[in-house]
Amino acid sequence: MSVTIHFLGPLRDMAGEDCRAVDAPLDWTGLLAVVGPEIAQQLNEARVNVACAGKVLSDKTTLNARDGDEVALLPPVSGG
Amino acid sequence: MHRDIRLLTDPFVPGSLIGPFTDACNGLGGVCTFVGEVRGDNNVEALELSHYEPLTLSGMEELADKAAARFDLIGLLMVHRIGRMHPDEPIVCVSAAAAHRRSAIDAVDFCMDHLKSAAWFWKRELRAGKWSWIEPRAGDYADLSRWK
Repeated sequence: MSVTIHFLGPLRDMAGEDCRAVDAPLDWTGLLAVVGPEIAQQLNEARVNVACAGKVLSDKTTLNARDGDEVALLPPVSGG
Repeated sequence: MHRDIRLLTDPFVPGSLIGPFTDACNGLGGVCTFVGEVRGDNNVEALELSHYEPLTLSGMEELADKAAARFDLIGLLMVHRIGRMHPDEPIVCVSAAAAHRRSAIDAVDFCMDHLKSAAWFWKRELRAGKWSWIEPRAGDYADLSRWK
């Protein structure tokens, strides 16, 4: 039973991988704990967004990912 | 409104998109097309655009909805590359067809400003064998604020 975390843009380099499967369910505290301090610090910045199951969360601290959900960590976009 | 919204993983020829697009836009009085290409300045060897499948294309569709609601358009084409590109290759092509020029020109300007600063793309460039991520530019946010 798992949630897949996707690391986008520069967060991919920090994570050293595109994605990682972790135990479900996953909330905000669990996410910060599982990604490690460097990425957790980024996630605490307002300019980094989080999406769950294809929707960007208006308040990322309400994250409540269930089994099978994708959680995407979205740093600021650098444009098309 | 006729719409053609796509993400492409391979190089494309913008000119080849415009003919079929305008053919599908009956009654148009004007077409405005913008093509963005990879700049080769500052010794850039390659550019790589990454995206997030569940958000990027649906975000472009939402942008097309906003453009359709805001401007009087007959058709809108928005094609964006992802993956690795080299200098002089097209990255983006936006074309708008309308009965009158102002709607077409403004719709392209609107879509480009949103694609540059509010679409789900991350860009990094290769110089002297080293990749570096491109940070958002203040100017892009200023461009976007023109439409608020």
